Amino acid sequence: MKFSLSWLKEHLETEADIHAVADCLNRIGLEVEGIENPADVLAAFRIAKVLKANPHPQADKLQVLIVDAGDGPVQVVCGAPNARTGMTGIFGPAGAIVPSNGMELKVTAIRGEMSNGMMCSLFELALGEDHDGIAELPDDAPKGESYALWAGLNDPVIDVAITPNRQDCMGVYGIARDLAAAGLGTLKPLKTPIVAGTFACPIDIRTDDTDGCPAFYGRVIKGVNNGVSPDWMRARLKSAGQKPISALVDITNYVMLDHGRPSHAYDLAKLTGAVVARRAKDGEQVMALNDKLYSLNPDMTVIADDNGVHDIAGIMGGTHSGCSDTTTDVLLEIAYFNPERIAKTGQALMLTSDARSRFERGVDPGFMGYGLELISSLILEICGGVASEVVKAGEAPLTPRSISYDSAYCAALGGVEVDAEKQKAILSSLGFGIGMDWAVTIPTWRRDIDGPADLVEEVVRIVGIDNIPSTPLPRGEGVAIPTATPMQKLERKMRRAAAALGLNEAINWSFLPEKEAAAFGGGEWTLTNPISEDMKVMRPSLLPGLLSAAQRNMDRGASSVRLFELGRRYFKAADGSSDERLTLGLLLAGDKTPRGWASGKAVKFDAYDAKAEVMALLGAAGVATDALMVMQEAGDHYHPGQSATLRMGPKNILASFGALHPATAKIFDLDGAVIAAEIYLDAIPAKKASGFMRPAYTPPVLQAVTRDFAFLVAADLPSGDLVRAIKSSDKDNIVAVHLFDQFVGQGVPDGQKSLAVEVTLQPDEKSYDEPELKAISDTIIAAATKLGAVLRG
Amino acid sequence: MSELNWQENLADYRNTYLPKITNCQDLEALDGLRIELFGKSGWITLLLKTLGQMLPEERTAKGPVIQDLRQILLTALNEKKTALETAALNDRLATERLDMTLPAPSFPRGSVHPVSQVMDELAEIFADMGFAVAEGPEIEDDWRNFTALNIPETHPARAMHDTFYFPGKNADSRDMLLRTHTSPVQIRTMTSQEPPIRIIAPGRVYRSDSDATHTPMFHQIEGLVIDKGIHLGHLKWTLETFLKAFFERDDVVLRLRPSYFPFTEPSVEVDVGYSITNGKRVIGGSESWMEVLGSGMVHRKVIEACGLDPDVWQGFAFGTGVDRLAMLKYGMDDLRAFFDGDNRWLGHYGFAALDVPTLSTGVGTGVGA
Repeated sequence: MKFSLSWLKEHLETEADIHAVADCLNRIGLEVEGIENPADVLAAFRIAKVLKANPHPQADKLQVLIVDAGDGPVQVVCGAPNARTGMTGIFGPAGAIVPSNGMELKVTAIRGEMSNGMMCSLFELALGEDHDGIAELPDDAPKGESYALWAGLNDPVIDVAITPNRQDCMGVYGIARDLAAAGLGTLKPLKTPIVAGTFACPIDIRTDDTDGCPAFYGRVIKGVNNGVSPDWMRARLKSAGQKPISALVDITNYVMLDHGRPSHAYDLAKLTGAVVARRAKDGEQVMALNDKLYSLNPDMTVIADDNGVHDIAGIMGGTHSGCSDTTTDVLLEIAYFNPERIAKTGQALMLTSDARSRFERGVDPGFMGYGLELISSLILEICGGVASEVVKAGEAPLTPRSISYDSAYCAALGGVEVDAEKQKAILSSLGFGIGMDWAVTIPTWRRDIDGPADLVEEVVRIVGIDNIPSTPLPRGEGVAIPTATPMQKLERKMRRAAAALGLNEAINWSFLPEKEAAAFGGGEWTLTNPISEDMKVMRPSLLPGLLSAAQRNMDRGASSVRLFELGRRYFKAADGSSDERLTLGLLLAGDKTPRGWASGKAVKFDAYDAKAEVMALLGAAGVATDALMVMQEAGDHYHPGQSATLRMGPKNILASFGALHPATAKIFDLDGAVIAAEIYLDAIPAKKASGFMRPAYTPPVLQAVTRDFAFLVAADLPSGDLVRAIKSSDKDNIVAVHLFDQFVGQGVPDGQKSLAVEVTLQPDEKSYDEPELKAISDTIIAAATKLGAVLRG
Repeated sequence: MSELNWQENLADYRNTYLPKITNCQDLEALDGLRIELFGKSGWITLLLKTLGQMLPEERTAKGPVIQDLRQILLTALNEKKTALETAALNDRLATERLDMTLPAPSFPRGSVHPVSQVMDELAEIFADMGFAVAEGPEIEDDWRNFTALNIPETHPARAMHDTFYFPGKNADSRDMLLRTHTSPVQIRTMTSQEPPIRIIAPGRVYRSDSDATHTPMFHQIEGLVIDKGIHLGHLKWTLETFLKAFFERDDVVLRLRPSYFPFTEPSVEVDVGYSITNGKRVIGGSESWMEVLGSGMVHRKVIEACGLDPDVWQGFAFGTGVDRLAMLKYGMDDLRAFFDGDNRWLGHYGFAALDVPTLSTGVGTGVGA
């Protein structure tokens, strides 16, 4: 909400300057968003006398003027036909910036004659539309004085952000009242213009929708001249950012901005029959003043006559009955509309207006009679005419509301002691009535107040929130108690483990294009109103976001991408609520190691890199990775032969990893091997808290022994099966099985492969003797044989 | 052999062999000398054997002389051997010289995203003040996101939140949406745990807004205290204490302004003082102000909606942008870059895995620290 300082001073008696006003507004909760003084850009422009106007020797349409702007005669070349000896105008010297186009004036020769500045039109000063000639000022305008000061333009404009609860401050008067309560000045009493009706209202006014429009006041004014509104009103409207239109429209706009009270003026000639507030009929249409056609429904209140709708009640009037230059008789409407209905109608029509923003917040129901008189008197004063008697249909909700208040609540909730008498004075100055035993009556314009906490807020904001003393929160004894949950600890540990492994943490959008979600099994949540098609489906996997990020990096010329993200995947629970699963996704693309003087060509990532990352991360999470099962079914987005899942038991999938399916990579415009993995943090079993004590352990005294075995096995036997079989064949002695060679080729029959393992045996009390080693070896070979393995000679 | 001759003979040997040993050029030749002297039929070996055939007096006289000679030659041999070995080693090492300016294999350097880092910092600071970290779903119902927070359907404040909606309703017939703020975690906490409550709730939030300074997804952190006798003064202290700890500056100055949020009464917006240094906003002092936090005393209706008695329990709540805090502290100026996954940006603004925020080191990670 914007208004000029002089407008504020119409209602507030104060000596405060603009900065004092702004500080006070901020202090009491009316946030100042900006201060602008229109005089600032005009500072260089001064009132000047044209001492002499001579024809330009080289150009018919130009004149050479000698002007005096207070510093003695100066020569200026001027093209305006109205420039003449003896006139008074506005001079911009060299160095001044022309407000309309931002050009800097310079000393220059025009067709051989020196010009030391410019005589300006109001258009050039961005003060009007008139650019037929230079501005002409009265003869008594003082030569040399700043034009802006003389013209009263030195009037700074404040822009205030009004929070949705403060409808009462959506008019300058309400802001003045708040400032007065804060001690910045004295609120001037309102004039009470009573316009006596001289004839009965010639048109029937009623409300058939007392829910949507509880009260509808109106009157007719005949014989008006809808010309241009007076300068002072035009200036104020402009300061508020409103374009003056015509006197009648300007007057209703002015009262809206001055008192936060919208109203409407209809051209009486365009109305037929009774004017009624009623529900719209289904499909009924109206062409609104923004030149858009709206289709209405019975949830919406309208003002209509026999011929149809003239006004979307409380939101926007219709073009048909709007006031124009030819309007001579008007019907004034000042009504009270149900705020909730206005909000719903506005939301449904997606139509915002100054009127809606005030009505939906709830205008002052006590202002209707006064408002109508104020508008009437302004019309009579500016446009002439005669007024009818006032018709009042329905009743505004004026039942007084009161709150029982305890002045001690101010300290209990607000944290600041304010003397009870002081509290009383503050509330009174804001219009509250204080009765016996602190029964506080709420003024009709404060719809936002509905409990004692609101009264505390009123008191503390006027006292100044900065005056509340800081009070430490009570603190427990000793050092702070740890608060992180096991899941939070896991998340933090995994994040830093991933970073320690050389991965960069990215944060990607939670929503995906439909196509990308579909490639990962499809999302279960699709937005009704996405901001774009690219941000539509809640992600079922972290990989699409990582792939897009990898692709952007590759497009920027990156040769290697190592990214991870720790975030949620979104699924739907049976009860329709959200099932969000914390997941760590990682992606490796491009070069694992760059080409090097020692290592040769660059090495690309492969599926085993994903396995290594996953194993390291699960290890960091405290999972015994040796015990995990490596199984298939990593998902269709993976390469079917180069991917796997890691499971704790056959059903619980802790992670999936592998090379991405080339078709999936192609969706993201990625070439070459793209390696990915996801770890499902929600699937990792929570560890039982068991204190800090580790299980007892003493390193064995005797040295471990290693034995190598090579087996021929079927080519499709997973090597992990062999390792597992050997490892579990003699758990007392075998502590590790390390597969160190896999070979296919000469010496190995077709359909088979050779696998070599190093088995580590740990003696306990005494060293192994040969028969013991032979027995263990036989057990190992027997276990391998069960898998069809044959010991190589 | 006369005594004199015997002695001269020994001296001759010594004078012959010592220069031979000293001038020996390789280990093989030196080993040859060793065998000539100390081998099975080496000259010294034979000489030592003569000792056994001597009469005691003779032995007493000649023994020490022979032993001396033996020792001198042995020492000379050993010294020469060591010298030749050292020379040979040095020769070998000279051929093994590497260009140590060649690059060594490098370890990839990972990083933690600034948003995660700042969330860890906040958790650390608030843990010290007794706040736990609470969480809630990002896909919420409209009751927890709006209604329970005293934002009824027609409330103009709903329009302040550009909300993303999903079709359909949950089992409670509530509309489903992407939470527009972390405040529904207040509702989840108050409906699931008994006061006293002290929590912070960081997380992703969503608004259908996208321009140079707004992204449709961003991060907020919510704070909530519900207890007996909590008032605005406690809120003020908490925010001051938190911001001083976060920016690690004593000159953090707050300006509290009355404001409006439907779920708090009174409501307070908090500005923090800053100055411009090298084109960047630096927190501290009171030269200029910027808004950093929304807060207030939790509205009675919200406490009631959560099934608590507002005449017994009261408290405060606050919320702020995590991305924004990160930008103010670490100097990024483009929010959109937070969500771009650019390796270079992550490498520059990200944090090392071991930069774990702790109170004893200061929660922030300084440049060059």
